Amino acid sequence: MEKQYINLYKQYHETIKKHSSSLMNVSRDASFALFEKLGFPTTKLEKYKYTDLTDALSYDYGLNINRLDIPVNPYQVFKCDVPGIQSYLYFVLNDGFYPVNDKRNDELPESVIICSLREAAEKYPALVEKYYGKLTATKNDGLVAFNGAFAQDGFFMYVPENIQLDRPVQLINIMRSDVDFMANSHNLIILEKNAKAQLLVCDHTMDDVRFVTNRVTEVFVNEYATYEHYKLENTHNRTTNLSTLLIDQKASSIVLGNIMTLHNGVTRNTIEIGINGEHCETTLCGMVVGDKNQQVDNYTSIRHNKPNCHSTELFKYVLDDVSKGGFTGELYVARDAQKTQAYQTNKNILLNRTAKMRTKPQLEIYADDVKCSHGATIGQLDESAMFYMRQRGIPEKEARLLLMFAFTADVMEHIRIDALQDRMKMLVEKRLRGELSKCEGCVICQ
Amino acid sequence: MLEIKNLHANIDGKEILKGLSLEVRPGEIHAIMGPNGAGKSTLASVLTGHPSFEVTHGEVSFHGKDLLELAPEERANEGIFLSFQYPVEIPGVSMVNFMRTAINEQRKYRGQDPISATDFLRLMREKKELVEMDNKLTNRSVNEGFSGGEKKRNEIFQMAMLDPKLSILDETDSGLDIDALRIVANGVNKLKRPDNATIVITHYQRLLDYIVPDFVHVLYDGRIVKTGDKNLALELEEKGYDWIKQEVGSI
Ligand SMILES: Nc1ncnc2c1ncn2[C@@H]1O[C@H](COP(=O)(O)OP(=O)(O)OP(=O)(O)O)[C@@H](O)[C@H]1O
Ligand SMILES: [Mg+2]
Repeated sequence: MEKQYINLYKQYHETIKKHSSSLMNVSRDASFALFEKLGFPTTKLEKYKYTDLTDALSYDYGLNINRLDIPVNPYQVFKCDVPGIQSYLYFVLNDGFYPVNDKRNDELPESVIICSLREAAEKYPALVEKYYGKLTATKNDGLVAFNGAFAQDGFFMYVPENIQLDRPVQLINIMRSDVDFMANSHNLIILEKNAKAQLLVCDHTMDDVRFVTNRVTEVFVNEYATYEHYKLENTHNRTTNLSTLLIDQKASSIVLGNIMTLHNGVTRNTIEIGINGEHCETTLCGMVVGDKNQQVDNYTSIRHNKPNCHSTELFKYVLDDVSKGGFTGELYVARDAQKTQAYQTNKNILLNRTAKMRTKPQLEIYADDVKCSHGATIGQLDESAMFYMRQRGIPEKEARLLLMFAFTADVMEHIRIDALQDRMKMLVEKRLRGELSKCEGCVICQ
Repeated sequence: MLEIKNLHANIDGKEILKGLSLEVRPGEIHAIMGPNGAGKSTLASVLTGHPSFEVTHGEVSFHGKDLLELAPEERANEGIFLSFQYPVEIPGVSMVNFMRTAINEQRKYRGQDPISATDFLRLMREKKELVEMDNKLTNRSVNEGFSGGEKKRNEIFQMAMLDPKLSILDETDSGLDIDALRIVANGVNKLKRPDNATIVITHYQRLLDYIVPDFVHVLYDGRIVKTGDKNLALELEEKGYDWIKQEVGSI
């Protein structure tokens, strides 16, 4: 499986480098060497035991290492139907940042930089160099290494000190191809002191071919900054989404992550948050609605390296048919991270006997003055609540729906953008009803 | 309106109702009393179609329809309401959403359009007043974190909202303080009409001072073994069930 990519790199690494930035190329060969050594992760690895990529990686995918133009203007074809959402709107088409040409973005404060990572590396080399690859460098991970070798571009966002964005930034990853296709991209997000930004990442597919995406995002949240990261995955079932989100939190910063999978094929999210300053607040939530043969594995890690911080983690899955879910909640509290409060919850509902959920809390706590808790449950819908509702005249199907919807309600409460929350509630309800919950402009096959 | 003939019902293969017969006509109030474990709640569950119970024998008709053929929601929409002995908490489902859904399902069943927002709010307000229910409660999830008494009051509030033909109140009085008991009982009395009926399951004669029954039945070991008027309740209060058990035993 790895072989074709190893050969591709050996033969075309000059081309790959030519169409990327010198900054991204610095570590490229080393990343490749690491990938050669590690290969793609398999279920034999503890970290990947709930992610089976064998099938997804057995196909031939095209890569666009020559950065050929993809003849589509997402600003024209893509209508995001989150009504009432006022956002700064950007696209990554396959694996390249699409040039901005939308009026809405004119109002972005001038000091904020949003552009392609390649462009940023050329225009602001000192800034990019300070951050780029700092979180990936220590990762001994096949997917991250692969990304380091093949990613040529990505999304870049810089919010300077004391700038608080008045509306969310929306980044839409669109997959568009006539043949089976693989995209690798690297995103870099930097919030300076006391900055604030909300990023909504939407994953969409436009064509009914096989897609693999392998995206790495590094986020640096400096002192007193607030960063919210929402991810909405709504892709078709021949898509494999591999995503690594690495966040570095400095003192007194606030981070909220909310990772929602409504429709997909195979998904692996690795989310690692390092709390590297005191008085931080961290909330990491997620929700999965899975049916048919969807697979979703969320591997999460929150590392309390400094004292006096709070973290809350909440993941909920509703699984039907032969879908499979995986959740790992790694919680690390360093020896001197006293007064840490860390709470982790993973609750799952299996709608039938063939759906599978595997959940694993993994706690390593070295400080003694801490409050930590974790809980995981796998169950069915509450039958007594079902009967109670039916006794009030609510048909079984509707009662089920109300219960499933209620089950996901607390994850949705952690969406701090009202229009998005409303929209999500609608999408989730439609999804639970078994209707298509697609946004306009993307393909979803049933 | 309700006719139960020789009803037998099992749970997990164990027979609980053992040939129960009862007839309820419009306008009547029936009290059912009986020792713990006699099968009172089981009767309520079987009448409302709880899926854990299996009817092995007998017939139940409601307004001429074979009740046992209907799904729980259909029975509800035909006008049968159960005030649960143990109301269920449903976190994440708001009272308002729950009530609106229930009302609209009932209307759909009857071929009516969904209720308008203003009519719904007015109805909510009116019925809350009837049982003096706190606004705070209807703003929360169904029964979540409600005290025992608040849950019972909420049952009667829902009853008022849904305006049933036959209400079964399963120990609605237990857990209510003296004032709440009077309020809830008044609510039930105000909902009383010549065309609806009530079955009151209770252990205490006190409730029957407020909701005066036309008949009092004693349910014992899965059957109705004695029927009388309201004075039977007084007699039971005074003497307990032993004499009934002896009477049954001697038959
Ligand atoms: N799920 C069950 N499995 C086995 N037995 C059950 C089950 N549910 C009820 N029973 C039994 O059925 C019998 C009747 O119970 P029921 O709840 O109808 O009594 P009740 O008359 O309402 O009593 P109480 O006055 O205590 O409310 C009891 O012996 C009880 O243990
Ligand atoms: Mg009972």
